[in-house]
Amino acid sequence: MKKDLTRQQHLDLYYYMRLNRAVEDTMVKLFRQNKIVGGLYSSLGQEAISVGTAYALEKKDWLAPMIRNIGALLVKGVPPRDIFTQHMAKYTSPTLGKDGTSHFGDLDKLHIVSPISMLGDLIPVMAGVAIGGRYLGQKIVTMTWIGDGGSSTGVFHEGLNFAAVQKAPFVLILENNGWAYSTPVRRQVPLDNLADRAKAYGIQSYIVDGNDVAAVYSTSKEAVERARAGEGPILIEAKTFRRMGHAQHDAADYVPPEMREYWEKRDPIARFEKVLTEKKLLDAKSKKEIDTKLQTLLDAERDFAENSPMPPPDLAEKGVYCTGDDCHKIRPKWERPVSEVTPPRSSVKPVWVVEGFGQGKGTGGGIAPIHFGDTPASQEKSGTDEKPAPKSPAKSVVKKSAKVAAAVAGARKARR
Amino acid sequence: MPGANGHSDTSKAGNTSAAPVTFLEAIKQAMFEEMERDPAVVLLGEDVGVYGGAFKTSEGLLERFGWERVIDTPISESAIIGAACGMSYVGLRPICEMQFIDFILCAFNQITNFVAKGHYLWNAPAPIVIRGPSGGGVHGGPFHSANPEMYFVHTPGLKVIYPSTPSDAKGLLKAAVRDNNPVLFFEHKFLYRRIKEELPAGDYTVPIGKAAVRREGKHLTILSYAAMMHTSLEAAEALAKEGIEAEVIDLRTLLPLDEETILKSVKKTNKVLVVHEDTKTGGIAGEIAAILCEKAFGDLDGPVLRVTSLDTPVPYSPPLEQYFLPNTQKVFTAAKELAAY
Repeated sequence: MKKDLTRQQHLDLYYYMRLNRAVEDTMVKLFRQNKIVGGLYSSLGQEAISVGTAYALEKKDWLAPMIRNIGALLVKGVPPRDIFTQHMAKYTSPTLGKDGTSHFGDLDKLHIVSPISMLGDLIPVMAGVAIGGRYLGQKIVTMTWIGDGGSSTGVFHEGLNFAAVQKAPFVLILENNGWAYSTPVRRQVPLDNLADRAKAYGIQSYIVDGNDVAAVYSTSKEAVERARAGEGPILIEAKTFRRMGHAQHDAADYVPPEMREYWEKRDPIARFEKVLTEKKLLDAKSKKEIDTKLQTLLDAERDFAENSPMPPPDLAEKGVYCTGDDCHKIRPKWERPVSEVTPPRSSVKPVWVVEGFGQGKGTGGGIAPIHFGDTPASQEKSGTDEKPAPKSPAKSVVKKSAKVAAAVAGARKARR
Repeated sequence: MPGANGHSDTSKAGNTSAAPVTFLEAIKQAMFEEMERDPAVVLLGEDVGVYGGAFKTSEGLLERFGWERVIDTPISESAIIGAACGMSYVGLRPICEMQFIDFILCAFNQITNFVAKGHYLWNAPAPIVIRGPSGGGVHGGPFHSANPEMYFVHTPGLKVIYPSTPSDAKGLLKAAVRDNNPVLFFEHKFLYRRIKEELPAGDYTVPIGKAAVRREGKHLTILSYAAMMHTSLEAAEALAKEGIEAEVIDLRTLLPLDEETILKSVKKTNKVLVVHEDTKTGGIAGEIAAILCEKAFGDLDGPVLRVTSLDTPVPYSPPLEQYFLPNTQKVFTAAKELAAY
């Protein structure tokens, strides 16, 4: 199913990874000059994931980054100055200095939802954006990221399970970088592959080499289009390594040096450069051009941030509530007839119809019964190591009656 | 004098004219009318669809509006709140039902850290309503009787409503759906079927953040809300027989608090008793006492007194719960003590 990338796609992926790294290199310098407020988190060596996944989205799609997904923001169209001003807590930042790092968003134009520091909270939120978009007929896909560490939170389970029963067009990237702060993944999760978590929700999953940007992109593209086609949420585990500490203050001495060396040899940018050179898409001259372009861009963006004012102190007490007529600008953008979701067409018979058993007792007149158990065959495919996923997640639990298993396992089919 | 289980018998309260409806029916009407008015309004929660909600507040909604708008969810409060927030980002106006309001704490982080802070931090208003049955007096025990309003009154960015009458419940719920901020809406389940009132005709809302004077008086002010509103009114009747005229104010909205109405009344009566079913420490009575000290100290002729539940979990056995809850006698006694100053 993997198609060869076009020349432009190759060059875009390379450029955004370079931009991602250059933005973060600039911030490390700013940090050392005490110009960053608070902590600085690095995605060094993980650029292929942020860039390759976000590049698979269309303009109308939605994403919500985590702290190390600066690359995803850049791909979505966020200018580097927004990232610099956020980290420097400037008045010109997207949050006007009210929050830092990647904690900002844009509902109106770029369709970015801001993360918070509590891991996993974005999963039900992005499932909700996906369900809301589907309700409006928008054919959007939503995407967010979670780490190996964050995949143990309760809301990860709640959110992914809810997305699965609703068959939300949602793609979750599980960025397994081996470490949750100082705790190695094997002390967090007793699984070889975190993609196996998908089995618990009866959803499709993939495992991809997170340091191979072309593979990350192709896998993500396939996942995004399957989600868009109505196959339900998809989990992608991208295996990688966190080359810096949890943040700048953390020397990460707990990481075995051999592990670091292993992954440094697999640097995603160096690897992709080799591919591009072999394909004759990059030479010394064009590489130099990109170097110059990045340098010019980031010098200007950094200057803008450095010359920006800090916020006026009394801003602290403003904006807690949305007040005034023009505060809430988001109007539902209907791309299906509203008549489909308003009576009489929306009306249904409020009865559960359980496959193999018939229906329960209803209270009203009938128009359209609600069915359990009409899972399309396509949902039962799995991309994980080409191994088929269990056909019915409940089958192993409810062995006595296949009818019951099918009824319990089945999600209601999206009827639009 | 005290009603069973600490609550006043409110079955006779309200207007007795044509077609009075229950508190529960008022909630249902509010949701029905808002969903009818605006296809952006959707409802999600546990058993809200085919079953019509554990208390039947959403009965008939699925039948009319279909399953895309009335969503039976897994038992996942964080997912319900998170998904509703996400739906609001594309312009929808979701109503979330907590099957019992006690379970709202399962979604505490999602509400207080994600939903409440969104507008302040990154200009992302989340117009969602989170509603559910709250309060004691029905022998629900420690996990089906909570009054968790103050966890959320302490959270900037939220609005918190706790009505006491069917007409307010309907008008405030409709206002909540139309509000551009996350609104928590507490429905005292003791009132669901015990109280009936004729509702105003047609489409109406009740403004959020406005208290209501339920009874005029000059000797002291009783501030209360929800089920204790009715207990306070009953106590006021008994006080009147002894020549003490209590002004009784229904706070209706706890966040933002209607300081203006409170301060105006204190200027007149110079004495304040706060009555709530929430436990004492950290209850809204303490906050009101602090506001009065800051802004009306010169108007006070006596201490600000509190009648509240005990600082314990809500106990199960009826004699324990009755002992735990405030009642008319406790309000009456405290008011007499205050009036004597």
